[in-house]
Formats: sequence, C-alpha cells, structure tokens
Amino acid sequence: MRAFAYERPESLAEAVGLLTEHGPEARLLAGGTDLIIRLRDGTIRPRVVVDVKRIRELDDGIRQTGAGLTIGARATMTAIGADERIRRDFTALAEAAAVVGAVQIRNRATLAGNTCNASPAADTVPALLAFDAVVVAAGPAGERRIRVNDLLVRSGVTTLTQGELVTAIELPQPDVARSSVHLRRTRRRGHDLAAVTVACVVRADGSTRIAYGSLGPRPVLVGDDSGLLADPAVPDDAKAALLAELFTGASPSPRSMRASPDYRVAMLHVLGLRAVRAAMGRLTGPP
Amino acid sequence: MTARTRRIELTVNGRSRFVEVAVHHTLLEAVRDDLGLTGTKECCLVGECGACTVLVDGQSVDSCLMLAVEADGASVTTVEGLADGDRLARLQLAFLDTGAAQCGFCIPGQLISAEALLATTPHPTRAEIEEGLAGNLCRCAGYEQIFEAVELAARAEAPA
Repeated sequence: MRAFAYERPESLAEAVGLLTEHGPEARLLAGGTDLIIRLRDGTIRPRVVVDVKRIRELDDGIRQTGAGLTIGARATMTAIGADERIRRDFTALAEAAAVVGAVQIRNRATLAGNTCNASPAADTVPALLAFDAVVVAAGPAGERRIRVNDLLVRSGVTTLTQGELVTAIELPQPDVARSSVHLRRTRRRGHDLAAVTVACVVRADGSTRIAYGSLGPRPVLVGDDSGLLADPAVPDDAKAALLAELFTGASPSPRSMRASPDYRVAMLHVLGLRAVRAAMGRLTGPP
Repeated sequence: MTARTRRIELTVNGRSRFVEVAVHHTLLEAVRDDLGLTGTKECCLVGECGACTVLVDGQSVDSCLMLAVEADGASVTTVEGLADGDRLARLQLAFLDTGAAQCGFCIPGQLISAEALLATTPHPTRAEIEEGLAGNLCRCAGYEQIFEAVELAARAEAPA
C-alpha cells in the first residue's frame, strides 16, 4: 500500500481542523472496509488518513430520543442488525445491515461510512431514504442536519463540504403504524454486492415509500400517496403499472459486470411489487 | 509531517506485545511480518475470501481491511491462539475428524470464523453455520466437511 500519514484525533474540533487543513488530501477512516481496498488499489491516494474511532464525541451507541433513534457514527452493521428497536421500528434497515458483506465486514463496516461512501449499491442507503433519515454533520461552521436524500450526489460524492464529517444518523419515529422490508438481488447467496436493492415502507394511512439502489449514479426515493400501492383490494397489475411510472428514473450503468441494465430494471419491477406485498403483509398480518 | 511508523500495544493470543508498525500497513502485515504468525493467510486483499480472518476484541474481522494501528490497545486472536500448547482446540480436532482440510489454505480463517460463531451461538443450526462462515471461501469446495466439523465441535461442547 502507498504510504500516507495517519492521524487519530480525540476530539471533533481536532478532526474538523485536520479535514480543513488537508482538504481533499485527507480521507476519513471509520470501518475501513471500503477505504482500505481503495487505498491499496490506488484509486485514492490521500496524504493523510484520519481515523475517527477515537473521537470522544463520536460513539457506537444507538439511542432513543423523543424524535426517534440516533445512531452514532461508529455503530457497526452487526450492532444495527441486532438492535431490537431497529428490527421492530425500522425493519428494512436491520435487514439491510444484516446482509452487508459477511460477518467479518459487518463487524467493522459502519452505517455512517456506508452512507458517506455514497456507493450506488450501498445496501443500507435505500432503507435510510425510505425512512427519511437525516445525517448530523459537524464542520467548521458548526453542526447541521442533512436529509440523506439531500446528501447523495453520485458514487463517492456527497453534499458534505470541506471540513465536515458525519457524527450520527437520525431515524425519525413513525407517527402512524407502518411496516417495512428490504429485498435485494445478488448473483450468489451470501457475500455479494447487489445488482438491485429495494427498501419499501408502507404506512397504515396508505402512503408508501420505495427506495432503490444499484440502478443509477445514486439510490433513488419514490413515493405513492394515493393509497393505491397499499390497498389490498387493488390487483397486482394495477400496482405494477404504477410502479412502472415510479421507476422511470432507473438508469443502470451499462459498464457494471454484476448485471446488465435490462436485467436490473426487470428485477427492480419484480422486487418492487414483491416488497410492497411483503411490507403490507407485515402491516396487516399477525405480529 | 506525522511519523510514518507508530508504536502500538496489543495483546496477541493472550500475550502483551509492543510493535513498531508502519502506519500504512495492515493488521495482516503486522501479524505475519512483524509478529511472525504466518498461520493467518494473505489471499484476496479485498475482504471477500476470509483467509486473513482474526479475532479483534472477540469479533471476527478481515485483517487485510484493517490498519495495524487501528488494533492499538486491542486483543487479537490468530489461529495460533486456538490450541493450548500441544493440545488442539475442539474445533481443530473436529476439522481433523471430518477431513475438513484439503489444501488447508483457508482453514485458519475458517477456524477463526467458526470460533467466533460458537462463542455467540454455541449450538448453531446449519443455516447459522452457513451464514457465520459465508465470509470464508474454500477453493477446494470442502464446505460440507467444514460445516460438519463445526456441528461436531458444537456437539462436543454440549453439556453431558
């Protein structure tokens, strides 16, 4: 691996100072499961790697607040997939966290890292979009909150500005009953990147949110407030027709080796309908 | 510019060690090259094969995807730490009994992942074993014997 300097700040102010000083020459290290691969293959060549894991203001906790759940920037996929509150109230996120990589990856990879890495194929990001999650970012100008939908630009690019880092992710508490599901399509069972990822949230008031990944430069959030998707009396072909309208923004890359664009789009429609059905089943079915 | 090496303290297989590591070296490099523990294998270097799996504070990780400096203060268990002197661990004995090792290259990683699995799930189902070892590839395709070995070790541990 090409040499770099390693910094291990102990406070947020110190970390923001390092990021401000080194600008694009600095890279943040949380779980490292994406970063170290790219450091080794030379696709990124930072002068400084800033390890966030000793910053005292950053933690790996998952806390209940009046507004919802707050997930610390150091929380791993293993912890998120196992958290009872997330499994109950944010099921799609727990399901997504539980299929990231394999055990060894989930023990290191963080939700904050998966989000900031801004991969179009990030397993957990569609769930964050469907739950309208917000990242808390600290920077030279203080703290601000950014909806995940407003954070993502394209692969590896976010709207975070120089000197900013994510300190936590907030999941707003639902105001009505709802259910959710995460589905994905991979080439093999077990450890693989997804060719299609779908998260779906169905609310008892009839509104539905679907987010999909691996079908364009960034994961996309769509919604139906007409109640059609969540209506058990509406036949599947009518729902498929609405999903076809909602999914017109899907534009998978023709260069990816994991699956062809046609296959991805076809599977998006299949998984989309399946996700709606599964989420509805959880909403109305026995607990 | 900051120093390119850092002195770290870690516990390796129960023994406290101080190591001067290059900050851009992985835990895998430190384990094999600085500590001379070559049971841990280098293979894919992208976190897909699991040959480099070690325990860090009890959790299985791919040591190729972790910097050595990140292990500062941690407790690391490599495959060399499983046996008690000349007495093999029950998992190692079970791997021998079922003929789980063919070429043997993936076995240190498989053993460590199995150790981590049994620590949290002492009596795993076949599905739990498959999921627990999903991050460890075996190019000889000895999966059946490996899974049987984990089942055998779990039975061996069961209270009489």
